[in-house]
Amino acid sequence: MKRFIGFVRKEFFHIMRDRRTAAILFGMPILQLLLFGFAIRNEITEVRTGILDLSHDVVTQELTDKIFSSGTFVASGVLNNGKETGPAFASGKMNEVVVFESGFAGNLQRDGTAQMQVITDGSDPNVSRIITGYTESVVREFLVEKAESTGTAQGVEAVPVMMFNSALKSVYLFVPGLMAMILMLVSALMTSISITREKESGTMELLLVSSLKPVQVIIGKVVPYLLLSFVNVITVLALAFLVFGVPCRGSIALLLGESLLFIMTALSLGILISSITNSQQVAMMISLAGLLMPTVLLSGFIFPITSMPLPLQVISNIIPARWYLVIVRGIMLKGAGIGVLWQETLVLVFMSLLFMTVSVRKFSERLQ
Amino acid sequence: MNPAVTTENLSKRFGKVEALRGISFCVPEAELFGLIGADGAGKTTLFRILATLILPDAGNASLLGLDTVKSYRAIRTRIGYMPGRFSLYQDLSVEENLNFFATVFGTTVKENYELIRDIYVQLEPFRSRRAGQLSGGMKQKLALCCALVHRPELLLLDEPTTGVDAVSRQEFWQMLGRLKQQGITILVSTPYMDEASLCDRVAFLQEGRVLAIDTPTGITTLFRKPLFAVRSRDKHRLITKLRTYEHAASVFAFGDSVHYTDLRQSPEPHELKAWLKTEGFDDAEAEPVKPGIEDTFMALMESGESPEENS
Amino acid sequence: MPEPVIHTEKLSKRFGSFTAVDEISFSVSAGEIFGFLGANGAGKTTAMKMLTGLLAPTSGQATVAGFDVYRQSEEIKRNIGYMSQRFSLYDDLTPRENIRFFGGIYGLGKAEITAKCDQMLESLELVKVRDSRLSSLPLGWKQKLAFSVALLHEPKLVFLDEPTGGVDPVTRRRFWDLIYKAASDGITVFVTTHYMDEAEYCDRVSIMVDGKIAALDTPEALKGSFGTATMNDLFIKLARPAIRSGE
Repeated sequence: MKRFIGFVRKEFFHIMRDRRTAAILFGMPILQLLLFGFAIRNEITEVRTGILDLSHDVVTQELTDKIFSSGTFVASGVLNNGKETGPAFASGKMNEVVVFESGFAGNLQRDGTAQMQVITDGSDPNVSRIITGYTESVVREFLVEKAESTGTAQGVEAVPVMMFNSALKSVYLFVPGLMAMILMLVSALMTSISITREKESGTMELLLVSSLKPVQVIIGKVVPYLLLSFVNVITVLALAFLVFGVPCRGSIALLLGESLLFIMTALSLGILISSITNSQQVAMMISLAGLLMPTVLLSGFIFPITSMPLPLQVISNIIPARWYLVIVRGIMLKGAGIGVLWQETLVLVFMSLLFMTVSVRKFSERLQ
Repeated sequence: MNPAVTTENLSKRFGKVEALRGISFCVPEAELFGLIGADGAGKTTLFRILATLILPDAGNASLLGLDTVKSYRAIRTRIGYMPGRFSLYQDLSVEENLNFFATVFGTTVKENYELIRDIYVQLEPFRSRRAGQLSGGMKQKLALCCALVHRPELLLLDEPTTGVDAVSRQEFWQMLGRLKQQGITILVSTPYMDEASLCDRVAFLQEGRVLAIDTPTGITTLFRKPLFAVRSRDKHRLITKLRTYEHAASVFAFGDSVHYTDLRQSPEPHELKAWLKTEGFDDAEAEPVKPGIEDTFMALMESGESPEENS
Repeated sequence: MPEPVIHTEKLSKRFGSFTAVDEISFSVSAGEIFGFLGANGAGKTTAMKMLTGLLAPTSGQATVAGFDVYRQSEEIKRNIGYMSQRFSLYDDLTPRENIRFFGGIYGLGKAEITAKCDQMLESLELVKVRDSRLSSLPLGWKQKLAFSVALLHEPKLVFLDEPTGGVDPVTRRRFWDLIYKAASDGITVFVTTHYMDEAEYCDRVSIMVDGKIAALDTPEALKGSFGTATMNDLFIKLARPAIRSGE
């Protein structure tokens, strides 16, 4: 036990003395959460909108006012003909142009329909789709109000309600993914680097020649990072709640327990990496390209798994973060319990055991 | 008396490189045994096999009566090993390094202080300094302390004095002498020929083979040719000229003189001097000298396959 | 008397309250082999860095190859050769690629590089291995190549920092043949070493102790005036009482 404590203490000395390591360990989670929370948002605000009104009647005027009063759209000028549309987009002056056909009010009165066109910048399809959707909903609302005021209300209205995230805040979506990413980074990357560093500096030779067993060396390396990762989980959760108001609807204890499980998975991956390479550089490359990238791209963090092509959907199954993400979203946003999440939990347990066994086996007691 | 180390026909190859080609030797207890050879002679590979860190391809070795392959775990607790590169934690202080290695071996610095006291008093003033900031000589002393902290019966020291200045080297060897007196067997490798004379016995290693094993004085009897020390003010011209002499076998700068061997059995120094005079070396002197360890090593190297033509 | 290639006058370097190099004054003349000895931490490395234009001195004067160390460090770097045990050549390139690369860095023309490359490989007997990676060659060959590469741009002065570490005694002496050859071509050689017999091969030797030059003369004269039989004894006699052994 004394040996073990001595080993862990030494590991903490390393972490605290290397400013870069300490900065990555503690600065990174905070920085990333703030970045994702503030800078990267899916909600669209301030859509610079131009109006090309070929009708100039009361209804188009009312509708225009309605659009700009919603807060999402900002009036950025009036166009006189269709030719001005291209340059307006190219210069970045406008993100959207709304065109009313001539005789708009008359057509509406007479036929019950009138044509309007919503032109958006298709170079960013996502933004374009969202803007169009916003505009449509404003128009729909306008028509409903108008119908009510004239007493001719009829038809069906679909009222959308977003469960668990009624405000559609993207930060709700990012926090679980970010936790997966940070834990992967700290646990897998840092452990694999700290072990390969000992190999590079030759101190691993001394550790091997000492009477420490491989399991002791591994546990000695794992424990400090386990603790630090856990601190990170708590930091991210606290920040998410305090700064962005992200709730945890389920059991916090369960969330922490599941996080601990995911940390174990990531740590065993880190050890596995360090057992197949002798250089810090290679360990870093493998961790970044082999673990971090899939965690970001294929876990469902940014791109929904259901919209991926089938081969990628299959691959996503072997990415631990995919399962962790389901668990965290389940607990935090839906208030789910272990009764719902036991399958995902089992997958993680299985993965940790597998990686851990392989890495202890592979961890050589000799230099070869 | 039981030998502390025996190796029989140890061989090891890394890809195309044959690092060891059948090494056999035996070191009795409490001996200071030197492995002399240049980079690439196979010293580090040999040390790693003995330290149970790599497995030999062929042959076997035993330390303290234990086989390096089968009983590696038992061996590890009983030996002290100092790798060729400085291998301590550079970001930990002198004290922290020492304490760490003591704990790893399940002991404390206090318990074995008496063994390392000699060395540690020199490190004491820098106790809280990071190991990475020590001078070369101090680093090696710290590494020796760390290798000694669990009171091993056998020390394996791989080039402990490489890159270390002459003063620190002398101090280091004095420490080894004192450890030997306490009954610790020491295997040490070095590229410095002058350190060979401080060992009880030495083995010359070249390209994975043992060229010779003997006591420092015994080994010089392998040098059989007459050897002359030739002196002149213009040393460089002297060397160049001597190499063109028809009877010259080898010509090497050696300290303040030039060591010259002749192709003939019993050459006369005055003949050589006369020839040098005709070549314009008026101040030339030539006297027979006893060969040293370095002369012997160089002669053995040259008579074996020269590394330059071979690889 | 021709102008010295290196001339220092009370050259000093302080780091905070620590004086690494303490008012050293010496001159090295053209074609001389100058041995620069000292214990680890005596200030050798710091002094070398100042002389090669890598570190600005705190006080004192120094000119190297006719250039001032304060104002003309770039000119100094262009006019000296440098080889050290730690940095020399690229291990993953072949001898030919290394020569070409460094020739390019030194600003030599294409034809000149080709000519020098062939000539160098020839004289170092490396023609056979010119296209093998450096990592597969013996250390002694690499050192000889590194030395020749350091002389590619025909500097007047070359700094060698422990050039022969780790090689066998025969290879070491072959390396010294190259040094002698360079010196006889008029190149000044400034060399550090831990092999005390190599100190004997130098024309003049300085020994630094605690940041100061404790002795400077020919090996003969030094041994005479300090009454020691070998340079090793002399070195130990001078460096042993050093206070700064821990630095």
